[in-house]
Amino acid sequence: MSQPTAPPSAPTDPDGLAEALRGTGYLPDEGLATAAYLALAMHRPLFLEGEAGVGKTALAHALAEVTGRPMYRLQCYEGLEASQALYDWDFGRQLLHLRAAEAAGAGGDTAQLEAGLYDRRFLLARPLLQALEDSPSVLLVDEVDRADDEFEAFLLELLSDFTISIPELGTVRAAVPPLVVLTSNRTREVHDALKRRCLYHWLEHPDFDREVAILRSRLPQVTEDLARQVARATAKLRSLDLLKPPGIAEAMDWATALHTLGARELDPDTAARTLGAVLKYREDTDRVHALTRGALFG
Amino acid sequence: MTSLAFAAGERRQRDVVEVVLGFARTLRHAGVAASPDRVEAMLAAVGHLDVLDPGDVYWAGRLTLCGSPDDLDRYEAAFHAWFAGEAPRRSRSTAQQEQRLAESAPLSAPEGDGSESEEEAPDLKAAASEAEVLRSRDVADLTVAERDQLRRLFALLVPAAPMRPSRRRRPDHHGGVDMARTIRHALRDGGEITSLRHRRPRPRPRRVVLLVDVSGSMSPYADALLRFAHAAVRARPSSTEVFTIGTRLTRVTRELRLRDPDKALAASGHAIPDWSGGTRIGEVLKAFLDRWGQRGTARGAVVVVCSDGWERGGTELLAEQMGRLQRLAHSVVWVNPHKGRAGYEPLTGGMQAALPAVDHFVAGHSLAAFEQLAGVIERA
Repeated sequence: MSQPTAPPSAPTDPDGLAEALRGTGYLPDEGLATAAYLALAMHRPLFLEGEAGVGKTALAHALAEVTGRPMYRLQCYEGLEASQALYDWDFGRQLLHLRAAEAAGAGGDTAQLEAGLYDRRFLLARPLLQALEDSPSVLLVDEVDRADDEFEAFLLELLSDFTISIPELGTVRAAVPPLVVLTSNRTREVHDALKRRCLYHWLEHPDFDREVAILRSRLPQVTEDLARQVARATAKLRSLDLLKPPGIAEAMDWATALHTLGARELDPDTAARTLGAVLKYREDTDRVHALTRGALFG
Repeated sequence: MTSLAFAAGERRQRDVVEVVLGFARTLRHAGVAASPDRVEAMLAAVGHLDVLDPGDVYWAGRLTLCGSPDDLDRYEAAFHAWFAGEAPRRSRSTAQQEQRLAESAPLSAPEGDGSESEEEAPDLKAAASEAEVLRSRDVADLTVAERDQLRRLFALLVPAAPMRPSRRRRPDHHGGVDMARTIRHALRDGGEITSLRHRRPRPRPRRVVLLVDVSGSMSPYADALLRFAHAAVRARPSSTEVFTIGTRLTRVTRELRLRDPDKALAASGHAIPDWSGGTRIGEVLKAFLDRWGQRGTARGAVVVVCSDGWERGGTELLAEQMGRLQRLAHSVVWVNPHKGRAGYEPLTGGMQAALPAVDHFVAGHSLAAFEQLAGVIERA
């Protein structure tokens, strides 16, 4: 969650937003900048799909920083319940409140005591409620493809009018609709009804120049040469048809690992020792080891 | 690429709305489901951007009208076609599609097994009801009329889903203590805990993935297998996925969700580009695992491969990918229609390569065999 320092002026076109995002160290391409701009301007959720590690989650963080809004993240998983996504009553504290009232001898007015039980202070706000209460905000619904159909339907309802009704307390409405970013790794096809409410963008791996620029801006301690070599080797790895092609996150890990070992450039020996930072399958590692030494760093 | 304004000028000063509506129509012809609310969103998006900038119009449309990576290529082509003034191109004609379906159910049985089926239909069975006989007949040996009748019998097939325990719990008389419910009930009694409430994991359907071979050698059975797939999808729409394999991978789950089996099969026929072509199971299985399986579709699922194992490519790739599939899936079922024939031995190279990674090897040549298959899937 980022702390708003000064209220930054809202970008008025996609280029302005791209510039602001660059300032935070996130380098978007034209399509992504347009998508994010439209999401802000049209109050429409942004649905991002793409390989793992191409910067879907990072975009939400960058947008929160650019707009100066607090960010709330909901990590989806199978069996996610409303009590973990929306709100829950703090039963323990309610019970304590009852007992305390009993001990103080305030037994007379039971109606008032009961009403006091369902007070805002006994409500545990979960990410979705937090995002609506702390408006304007950025809401990241991460890996929505992992949640189940029932949760999707529920999310659909929330995203259409940005209100949550709590039977005991009333309706919570966002003063300004939050900027919603949904990400998916496409393990499952998300329902069309949900996608229709969103702007859809497919994120690709960045091209060579952008990747070098990302490595340089995120890891200023890494030398230009090393960044270029890592970007070239990563691009080469992606073309090898591996089980899990490395994303930007892996490239950054790799560059950091090399830098930590004091390497100034990528030579076959250090590369072989640090390959665990980019490749996460034994089959992939075997294949790369079997390549001729020059093939990866040519 | 021409700008929207230019295109509008050329088309006798039609306004932006009309141009966008026309474009959406082109896009629908190209196979992208550009529904009216999506078109509305595109118009709103264009309103926020520069109408005169082709790049802005391109992105406004792409972000609002597309819904999956498969749509992107079609969008690209349609955008260039429409804004460069070309006539919309239809992806495939309806006539062609119907022909494909006809091919899947050939009028004559394949050579070789005609005598065998006659042996299997002795007088005793003739006395039994016609449907009963039909149930155990090899699908490939049926006449057109018999096939029609069998199709109606497929409607009776309701494959049950295998279950798995989930993280989510439900109230029960046994199991772990449910703190939230216990205390909520205690609040009713003035904060006194009088009884404990319990909860247990709720069982959920396990995902079932069907990979149906639609290559030439499987064409006598492809229609029946897709009907079985349709029954499975209709029974559990949210936990069943169907792909066809041939020379390429096609996802037909969406098409098979149509209620009417004939319409669903027609729609799938429209979607499958490699009907009755060759087989490259190894390659297509790899494509499935790369694009879907490893990310989650095959994880913990019951994966059913319906194929005769005729592999045109090398069998090492198939063996390798089957190993990968077995590590991801809960269990792997292989359905081979030829297994139902007397004296069948899995001798084809593909079958030999795949069998070490297969948990259940079953036949799928008749309705009775499909009923057994449904049982195998349920208990897998």
